[in-house]
Amino acid sequence: MRRRHLAAGAIALTSLISTPFAARAQQPVEIQFWHGLNQPLGGMLEQLATDFNATQAQYKVVPTFRGGYAETAVAAIAAFRANTAPHILQMFEVGTGTMMSAGRAIKPLHEIVAETGVAIDPNDVIGPVAGYYAAADGKMMALPFNSSTTIAFYNKDMFQKAGLNPNAFPATWQGVEEAARKLKAAGIACPMTTSWPSWVMVEQFLAIHDVPLASRANGFEGLNTELNLTNPLMVRHLTNLVNWQKEGLFRYAGRDSAGDALFPAGECAITFASSGVRARTVREARFQWGAAMLPYYEGVQGAPRNSIIGGAAFWVMNRGPNARRTPEELKGVAEFFRYITSAPVMAKWHQDTGYVPVTRSAYEATKAAGYYQQNPGADVPIEQMLRGGDPTPNSRGIRLGGFIEIRNIIQEEMERAFQGQATPEQALQSMNTRGNQVLRNFERTNRNN
Amino acid sequence: MQKKVIFKGKLLPLALLAPQLAVTFIFFFWPAGQAIYQSLLREDAFGFSREFVGLENFHEVLTDPSWVNAALNSLVFSGFVAGLALGLALFLAVQADKSIRGATAYRSLLIWPYAVAPAVAAVLWLFLFQPNVGMLGRWLNAMGIAWDYRLNGGQAMTLVIIAAAWKQLAYNFIFFLAGLQSIPASVLEAAAIDGARPARRFWTIIFPLLSPTTFFLLVVNLTYAFFDTFGIIHSLTNGGPAKATETLIYKVYVDGVQNLNLGSSSAQSVILMILVIGLTAIQFRAVEKKVHY
Amino acid sequence: MSSTALPAAVPMQAERDDALLRATRRRRVMSKIVAHGALILGVLIVAFPIWMTLVGSTHDAATIGRGDVPLLPGSHAIENYATAWNEGGGKSRTTPAALMLWNSLLMALLIAVGKITISILSAYAVVFFRFPLRMAAFWAIFITLMLPVEVRIIPTFQVIVDLSLGNTWAGLIIPLIASATATLLFRQFFLTIPDEFVEAAKIDGAGPLRFLKDVVLPLSLTNIAAMFVILFIYGWNQYLWPLLIINDRSMETIVVGLSKMIGSGDSQNEWNTIMATAVLALLPPVLVVALMQRWFVRGLTETEK
Repeated sequence: MRRRHLAAGAIALTSLISTPFAARAQQPVEIQFWHGLNQPLGGMLEQLATDFNATQAQYKVVPTFRGGYAETAVAAIAAFRANTAPHILQMFEVGTGTMMSAGRAIKPLHEIVAETGVAIDPNDVIGPVAGYYAAADGKMMALPFNSSTTIAFYNKDMFQKAGLNPNAFPATWQGVEEAARKLKAAGIACPMTTSWPSWVMVEQFLAIHDVPLASRANGFEGLNTELNLTNPLMVRHLTNLVNWQKEGLFRYAGRDSAGDALFPAGECAITFASSGVRARTVREARFQWGAAMLPYYEGVQGAPRNSIIGGAAFWVMNRGPNARRTPEELKGVAEFFRYITSAPVMAKWHQDTGYVPVTRSAYEATKAAGYYQQNPGADVPIEQMLRGGDPTPNSRGIRLGGFIEIRNIIQEEMERAFQGQATPEQALQSMNTRGNQVLRNFERTNRNN
Repeated sequence: MQKKVIFKGKLLPLALLAPQLAVTFIFFFWPAGQAIYQSLLREDAFGFSREFVGLENFHEVLTDPSWVNAALNSLVFSGFVAGLALGLALFLAVQADKSIRGATAYRSLLIWPYAVAPAVAAVLWLFLFQPNVGMLGRWLNAMGIAWDYRLNGGQAMTLVIIAAAWKQLAYNFIFFLAGLQSIPASVLEAAAIDGARPARRFWTIIFPLLSPTTFFLLVVNLTYAFFDTFGIIHSLTNGGPAKATETLIYKVYVDGVQNLNLGSSSAQSVILMILVIGLTAIQFRAVEKKVHY
Repeated sequence: MSSTALPAAVPMQAERDDALLRATRRRRVMSKIVAHGALILGVLIVAFPIWMTLVGSTHDAATIGRGDVPLLPGSHAIENYATAWNEGGGKSRTTPAALMLWNSLLMALLIAVGKITISILSAYAVVFFRFPLRMAAFWAIFITLMLPVEVRIIPTFQVIVDLSLGNTWAGLIIPLIASATATLLFRQFFLTIPDEFVEAAKIDGAGPLRFLKDVVLPLSLTNIAAMFVILFIYGWNQYLWPLLIINDRSMETIVVGLSKMIGSGDSQNEWNTIMATAVLALLPPVLVVALMQRWFVRGLTETEK
């Protein structure tokens, strides 16, 4: 009661201070869309919304950049609690576990399709991507859009300078190590670096070697999952990275996407990054470059196989804990989704950005247009994702609650290893212990949802 | 202390007090109460389920190695910031006090960093110490020191300490100079005639006279380092690498805002409140002493 | 010591005093030179980061990106400042500095004016009236000294959210305008206003509001100016609170916007426009301190007591 009083007073105050709202009777239904993409990708994404708005007058999609993925996710959850959640939230793959358990905070995609009758065909979404965003019963919960995977980018000019074959990126880590040594010998200060240390060097790394990151099929089978980061292969790889760093072959460039800048700028000869870095590289690189699949350790049983998807999906959110969307709003969302997943739009997005074409029709359209012949390497991400047939439980994806926090823990512990404060074994052990604590907390608070 | 002559009326004073009291209750007492309440709960991120857990959050926080790490970081950080900012400011104030003629001019030239926001100060120092583009960062690397504060925890701590101390220097300088100038000239002359050497004179006569100011500034500096430096850490290091610069206040932010663990974050807030109440009590003692002097 | 010397020793004593005097004078000159040297060095150290920021804001991005920042300004000042002012600095160019400066100015002014207003009103009530719960009200305000906003940041944010004040000017400013320090300062000052003034006003038939307006406020002008300088800087430099409350980029303040521009501090950023934004961000409060130095020092030494 007192709360409501205060609220009323406060609202009166707000309306005094903030600009008065004009009546919106004749205006189109606004669809708030929060995204976490920096330039130039953010601009391309916002252009899609502008294009969609130009095709009709009933709905208006309003895109807003909310900082990086993690910040966007946090802002949306806070906004949900405040009854001001956006209609569409671009949530990176790490948040999938959290969103899957979010209950009535989200409106599942399959429900929207059923309720609005707008034709979005879930079967058109390619297998590994669809599987990632499907609930246990196989129904799609969110719309994957800018899905990516990590691949290797390398500087062909520098390869040439070091006497390496610029048209053949080494397929194995053993080969990469050798190449890095030659690059260093040729006077290149930064032979290799990585973006997204946890995503590339832990998550993707384990998937392509068919080793589980966590029990219960990487969390797909339940919340009672535990991390498995102390496995011998992970120890071997982190030990190598730390040694390579000491030797000057590898440079740790910081967390998340901090390493993205180093490759297009011509500082580092090799980087491992999201396939979405392609757009930036095309734009900024002043040298010949190539793209290749992630390396693997020769002799590991089952390797190499498909990498998992990353990037982000569009989740539809309810406005607040007790505030549903109107059918009209849902219709607007569905129309927007239909527009962006239509073959020409999706194919163009894929070609412009380097993100994976998430629908078969877009992939076929791109292929038919001869795009991959003209742009060698542009099909590396999708080829890598489809490598080895159907995904195994270890390469299907990762679905952990609180994964954003766990990823930070992984990155922190990697930093400790790179600083020499912990041995690789200790760092991995610590990731396990701390990460499991997060998993238990998540399990406990989400048991009843 | 009270006025003898006053105006009559009961409603008017209440009306005059109302805005301040309203803000105080809504934005101080209600949140403080909420913090205590939340610290006893455990919630999921979306706020669907809550569970009363008693003091479990506190137990978890206090036994969490990363909280202990943050507490130690806070101690190291605030100790060095206070030491550096106080030491340098005292030294400069003593120098400025010697030549009264230039003192105000120097004061003008030294005090303006006070106006620079901590987060902006961080950007200024980042630009100097960035390993690839920063002048000093590159110079250090050229000297053969592997300088990269993004990877080396000790270097990251050094950098945030420098940026924080730089900003606080001005404040301390103003107070030390005022303190020095309020020491009666006769005391100084007597000491000079006494023939004591300047250094000895400083430590035996001047410094003890300054001690109330010093003590007061120490508390202010510690409070500053604990609470007002969030912007520096957030802009420069984000608490990293590997939590090397994560202070208690930064951890409250990380757990509450990034990890959406409201229970734990609130428990940490409550612990901090107790800490501030302690610090403020000490500060009042200091002020009392200052008044005495 | 010298005054207790025996008469017989006087000539020798005088000679020694003379030598001592000369030595002391020499020492004084030396110590003054040392003092000036040290102070100049201090000023240089304090100014160096700002100087380099100014220099950085006048070169092109490539020069800085290569790591060749010279010690002297370059020739790209106008375009860098124009870009920062009109489009925004850094790679992402989210909000133009002109807009962010306006937001910061608005925030700083509203906080300073708001704090001063409600503090004067409440101090006036506490000093010039006697009413039930007077001391309780005073203590309720006073105790908030112990809860800096950083400590209760998350629950305060929750309160703002509960009140639907997130992302509004009201939500940004009102929680920051309660101030125990300003109330204490004004109370202290009001207590020094002689009782005769009040009596005279009463005889003239002036009511309490009239007395406030005609007598107390004019007498408080210096105090208000001093408080204003301190609170303007306090408001301008807010960081954590706007960071949490504002998620609309058009309401971004320049301090927060600047920090977001540098991202993770990578070398491939557009450092020239970032540095131009940094100069713009620190200029207004520095100017306030420089131009109102007298009130600033006074405000500082009085509020912090």
